[in-house]
Amino acid sequence: MTVFYIVIQQIVNGLILGSFYSLIALGYSMVYGIIKLLNFAHGDIYMVGAFVGYGALGIFGSVLGVGWLGIAVALLISMFLVGLLGMLVHRLAYQPLINKQAPRMSLLITAVGVSFTLFNGVMVLTNGEYKTFSTSLGYEGISLGLVNITYTQIIMVVATAILMLALYWFINRTMYGKAMRAIALDQDACRLMGINVTKTISLTFFVGSALAAAAGVMAGVYYGSIQFYMGFVIGLKAFTAAVIGGIGSIPGAMIGGLVLGLLETAGTQLPFIGSAWKDVFSFGILILLLVFKPTGIFGKSEIERM
Amino acid sequence: MGNSVGGIDRFRKILGDRKTQGAALAVLIIFVILLPLVANNYIEEVATNTLFYIVLALGLNIVVGYAGLVDLGYAAFFAVGAYTTGILMHYGWNFWLTIPMAVLFSVIAGVIIGGPTLRLRSDYLAIVTLGFGEITRITARNLKITGGASGLVGIQRPSIFGHILNQITDFYYLFFILVILAVLVAMRLHNSRLGRAWQYIREDEDAAEAMGIDPVKTKLYAYMIGAAFGGIAGAFFAVKMTAISPETFAFTQSAMILLAVILGGMGKIPGAILGAVFLVLFPEIFRGIGQTRMLFFGIMLVIIMVFRPQGLWPERKG
Repeated sequence: MTVFYIVIQQIVNGLILGSFYSLIALGYSMVYGIIKLLNFAHGDIYMVGAFVGYGALGIFGSVLGVGWLGIAVALLISMFLVGLLGMLVHRLAYQPLINKQAPRMSLLITAVGVSFTLFNGVMVLTNGEYKTFSTSLGYEGISLGLVNITYTQIIMVVATAILMLALYWFINRTMYGKAMRAIALDQDACRLMGINVTKTISLTFFVGSALAAAAGVMAGVYYGSIQFYMGFVIGLKAFTAAVIGGIGSIPGAMIGGLVLGLLETAGTQLPFIGSAWKDVFSFGILILLLVFKPTGIFGKSEIERM
Repeated sequence: MGNSVGGIDRFRKILGDRKTQGAALAVLIIFVILLPLVANNYIEEVATNTLFYIVLALGLNIVVGYAGLVDLGYAAFFAVGAYTTGILMHYGWNFWLTIPMAVLFSVIAGVIIGGPTLRLRSDYLAIVTLGFGEITRITARNLKITGGASGLVGIQRPSIFGHILNQITDFYYLFFILVILAVLVAMRLHNSRLGRAWQYIREDEDAAEAMGIDPVKTKLYAYMIGAAFGGIAGAFFAVKMTAISPETFAFTQSAMILLAVILGGMGKIPGAILGAVFLVLFPEIFRGIGQTRMLFFGIMLVIIMVFRPQGLWPERKG
């Protein structure tokens, strides 16, 4: 019976971790789907999101309190500002190269440069210190025998689900979403049809970055502390999640994140892996996947034409 | 930016003359040989470090510059070489005998990482190499044989003809010889059949394949040779530092070496050397700005890519 409870508890933990991975993976997948750029700086965008949320909570927390209302406001502010940061990065660093039709490698290296800039910029600004997210959220929740699910955990999963549904609606039901999907298919045809391609790409960066910022704030609230290198490993894992789901696919990124979160929590429980090897385990999954099924669960195989 | 780029182009025109080139090279070599006679310990240390990074940059240049593959985990090969030498010397091996083993193990690492992933597109490769770099570092931190988080300490200094290499000058000349060997190998490779195959694949993989070049095999050779360079450099690094720890081989290390190659101009030997020199000297000169220097590195990388994606001193293409 105890084993059963441990399994349930780990599934809950895995889903929480997986929600963070999914939210970040969405940004990777959207940007990749539309301009075939592996936005290396995406993990750092998530990290900046956590810090902006921390700052916003510091400013508005005194007025709104550090409960759910304050956190929700901080989350929205962080999503908006970091979304703008994503657009700025696109305009300054990526768009000039896209205009020049630079090779993919130059774009990738630029992304590494952006990642370096954000990472070290935050390190300098925070002196490399840990920041503690002080919130008034307790540990109350629902107890089912030995399984404890806190309200915080439930709200995190619900918030992730709401964000994903909103994204799904945005992509499938609005003009902007339609434009994004069209650009992913054929940029030149879109230009002929009067779609502003650069603006739409910019918008994609906004949405992707905002989702990563939401994950950053939620991770800060959930784990209690943030630091400048928090985006590096999670960025890699979110990429893994995007590949598991099939990079470029929106539902793929959602499912991929949850699958990776569950796999990783399961892996941590196995005696021969444990927490010391959990990152190796995740990257191992990535490498195996790329070898055997690089298109992922939902990905389409690409036919290259000459 | 525009002005300095023009300046570099003009500078290159002057250097284009073969006679001037030869004379400049001779002066440079004499300067490097005579440097320890006039320099103090600090300058020698920095110069030795520079020579060391030149070897690494030349090795990575084969992968990135020649074959056009992104590698964000080059420090892993360097780590494999350093740990192989460190561990074997701990068991009483002679340093010089550990070098072939260091090369062997790094090449094996290169095959393990390259074999399954080189068929993929370059951006996947970037992430896989990054993941591999992290796996190597975490493995070194978790295993007993590698000394865990504190790493290996007390690695013996090597001796040559009874002379123990323990002065900074010894290592300066040792690394200088290493650089010369690395340059010779890199030059020979560039002009070889394999080197031309790399270039072809870099420029147009489909056309290269149509001409009968096996892209996966050829890219794998680039990986293996790049790994061998890293392994040798790692072996020498271990005995120079006498202590190695997992954090030496973190992502920053890989990124710095990559930066050296890109900064100088991918594919060109003087470019890689220039990049490595700049990479080591920049933080030394700007010691005062402390932590912010990595921030400037990031910004610089973006600026270079946006305004001069071919690097400061790129390979000329016909």
